[in-house]
Amino acid sequence: MSNKVKKYMQQRPTARAAFLLSLPLLWLLLIYIGSLLALFITSIWKIDTFTSKIIRQFTLQNFIDIFSDRAYFNVTVRTLFVAICVTIICAVIAIPMAFFIARVAKPKSRPVLIALLITPLWASYLVKIYAWRTMFYPEKGFITWLISPLGGQSPGFGIFAVIVGLTYLWLPYMILPIYAGMEKLPTSLLDASADLGAKSGKTFFNIILPITWPAIIAGSIFTFSLSMGDYITVQILGGTFQMLGNVVYQNFSLNLPFAAAVALIPVIIMLVYLSGIRKSGALDNL
Amino acid sequence: MRHKKVRSYAVLLAASTLILAGCSSSSEDSAGGAYAGPVKDTPGTINVLAWPGYAEDGTTDPNVDWVTPFEKATGCTVNVKTYGTSDEAVQLMQAGGYDVVSASGDASLRLIYGGDLQPVNLDLIPNYADIFDNLKDRPWNTVDGKNYGVPHGRGANVLQYTLGKVKEPTSWSVVWEPNSPAKGKITAYDSAIYIADAAVYLMSTKPELGIKDPYALDQTQFDAAMALLKQQKPLIAEYWSDYTKYIGAVQSGSITVGTSWQVIANVLNGEKATVGATKPKEGATGWSDTWMISSKTKSIDCAYKWLNHIITPNVNAQAAEYFGEAPANSKACALTANKDHCKLYHAEETDYWSDVYYWKTPTEACLDGRTDVKCLPYAEWVKAWSSFRNS
Amino acid sequence: MRLSLSARITLWTVMGFGLSFIYVPLILVVINSFNTNTSFAWPPTGFTTSWWSKAAVNEGVRDAITRSAVVALFATLIALVLGSLAAAAISRYKFFGQEVISLLFVLPIALPGIVTGIALNNVFTNFLGELTIFTIIIGHATFCIVVVFNNVSARYRRLGANLEEASMDLGANRFTTYRLITFPLLRSALLAGGLLAFALSFDEIIVTTFTAGAGQTTLPIWIFQNLFRPNQAPIVNVVAAALILVSIIPIYLSQRLTQEKVS
Repeated sequence: MSNKVKKYMQQRPTARAAFLLSLPLLWLLLIYIGSLLALFITSIWKIDTFTSKIIRQFTLQNFIDIFSDRAYFNVTVRTLFVAICVTIICAVIAIPMAFFIARVAKPKSRPVLIALLITPLWASYLVKIYAWRTMFYPEKGFITWLISPLGGQSPGFGIFAVIVGLTYLWLPYMILPIYAGMEKLPTSLLDASADLGAKSGKTFFNIILPITWPAIIAGSIFTFSLSMGDYITVQILGGTFQMLGNVVYQNFSLNLPFAAAVALIPVIIMLVYLSGIRKSGALDNL
Repeated sequence: MRHKKVRSYAVLLAASTLILAGCSSSSEDSAGGAYAGPVKDTPGTINVLAWPGYAEDGTTDPNVDWVTPFEKATGCTVNVKTYGTSDEAVQLMQAGGYDVVSASGDASLRLIYGGDLQPVNLDLIPNYADIFDNLKDRPWNTVDGKNYGVPHGRGANVLQYTLGKVKEPTSWSVVWEPNSPAKGKITAYDSAIYIADAAVYLMSTKPELGIKDPYALDQTQFDAAMALLKQQKPLIAEYWSDYTKYIGAVQSGSITVGTSWQVIANVLNGEKATVGATKPKEGATGWSDTWMISSKTKSIDCAYKWLNHIITPNVNAQAAEYFGEAPANSKACALTANKDHCKLYHAEETDYWSDVYYWKTPTEACLDGRTDVKCLPYAEWVKAWSSFRNS
Repeated sequence: MRLSLSARITLWTVMGFGLSFIYVPLILVVINSFNTNTSFAWPPTGFTTSWWSKAAVNEGVRDAITRSAVVALFATLIALVLGSLAAAAISRYKFFGQEVISLLFVLPIALPGIVTGIALNNVFTNFLGELTIFTIIIGHATFCIVVVFNNVSARYRRLGANLEEASMDLGANRFTTYRLITFPLLRSALLAGGLLAFALSFDEIIVTTFTAGAGQTTLPIWIFQNLFRPNQAPIVNVVAAALILVSIIPIYLSQRLTQEKVS
């Protein structure tokens, strides 16, 4: 590099930052943001009713269809419900597990335990969900076999199976950030709390939870976003149950403008969620 | 600081301009003329988009393969992709990358008018001469006198039932009526075209609606069909479009009755008889399929060779037998392993097909000829189906 | 740290339940890979190793695994380069719009995969004409960048700028500082980020469905095509079981590395 450029770069930190950032930013803006914009522009176009090809004429009909049809309101509410349930259940299981690994388990066994948690990420998503499908079979499934001595039967495919399946898939994504957060917990605080006479429950709610809250929120970004857009698990475990991802998937083939309009719903929800949690510092915990 | 801001805005502006400018890529491809020929021996690769069971290459069952012999004889490489609904087929053909497609009547016209298919020069396909006359030059594969493909075979969407779990049904009522003995274990086809099946049932149960053609439905008739579907929904275990998933569900007992294809019943009965299949008294929807060539194919010679190969009497017989349908080639009937195959599938009759309503794309101009009302086009069917499935 | 008895019991119970919940389906997958019955009813009806031998010679599987590995490798490489550049810029400099750009780098994994998938599909089919293996790589690299970015940013935060400043005070220029001080400290974060990115790309199905061309069968696509087929489903289980077993070692090793470096 010529000396002039070197000098310029040395004197201006912003120029250096810009130089470093240029390539990745270009990639994200051009490929990612660019394609998102191109997609959402189609939501104001329409299709030829016979050939299903896109006609580039401005129309708000897609949005009118979404807002005027109660079905789409219902499916949005159902999807939010599933995403929230999955997030809460994952958090309830993940927090004690993360705490256990970070504080109760011996330091030597920690890599083993973490490895045990990460290993399922290498098992194919599809195979895991298919295993759950076989477990949920009404007559010959594992769950029926397990609870039939008690007189029960598998609940079959539907919203419950979808929630269980999604919880299963995203649990590691919730545990790992929370574990990272738990690791940073200063032991001195915990000891001080106990010294002052607080029982474990009180310590948990007053000390541990507030400090690891950003990490929990970070984990929730994964579980929430992955559940909002999922359609494969719903197809395999849902029976006739459908979520927003299915609506997009079904309409993408022949009515891209409509699918794009529907796709805006989870995107807007996630953007609202992200801007809401900005202050919690969760984004530093990913 | 300002440099950063200016730079990022400039990039954003450039990107959007590029995208919007490039958006002017035309989606019109003129159908053009058919390939003049002659068919040369150029090697190539063709991506074949087929209904399951139509282009078996040994991966489902090592003994069922009429693709590899073709590859060996011609030097053309064949990649087969199967799809579950006509809508999938239309989307995949529009997206590009496929050279040949086995299209049903509810996909073919959409693709022809969309410019995704090219006319076929039938002089280059010697085996076409032996096709049954009543399958030649049909409205779903011939437009303005131009032929767009060769027929593969035809069949009805059958009512399948698990032996021992459901008594042999004679009517579709077992899947539609709320007091069905199989409720909770019923399946239905997961595509907007299934609305026509509801219309077929209404033709018998509510003749006052005046439905003559299940694909020509005015608003009143359409609403009645949607109401029937809503009534059916609580009875449904799962809607199906992936035939392998359907097979697994029947084997596990979560589905015992529903609309199906003969090939699904055949696979289920492979080792021992598990299911039965019938065309109930109300009639059924069905399909008549045509092999067609993409307008954007780069291996035109291999494509023509495939079309000729797949309707060879011997191959057509294998395919028709494996799937369980009436073959298109009249000479195939003598070559099926089961000598009664053509009789079983009514290949040489006309009566059987009088209440089989082949899949076709509903249009605003009523397909039954009525001019006093407007019928709903397929786009409205899809909208209503999407709303229904998500309600 | 002192814990009450009830707290201890709760923790051990949840831990036990959690681990069983995670591993029961996986154990079922392994058992089903030896099951003679192809519909996977429970309990299994017979034992056979024929699926394992069939999987070993299955060409489709090997093609799919190779293709997935190639895609994951290139996506990870692109992600490593771009992700660490971005992490360095965000973590070590202050500039206008920093927060917006940080948010930008979270979006590919914060927004649902299906949206990314159809957006990329729309652009690729309208501009590039067709989908190829490169379109898959581009799609994967986009979310892999985020993973690497997160890992490396976290490491930068933990390290603080002191060492780098000291090095430059002692006369080293930026490149030398990066080469001799920063990079060795970042290495394990890059490794962890790279491994996670590789794993995500290897198993990715949603975005891949929309960006893969006609003949481009990655492993998840192969699995999707064969998952429900009566003759192929057990082979799918074999492949999954094999992947789990094979991945245990590198995961454990990377965990050890990350642990040691940080303390």
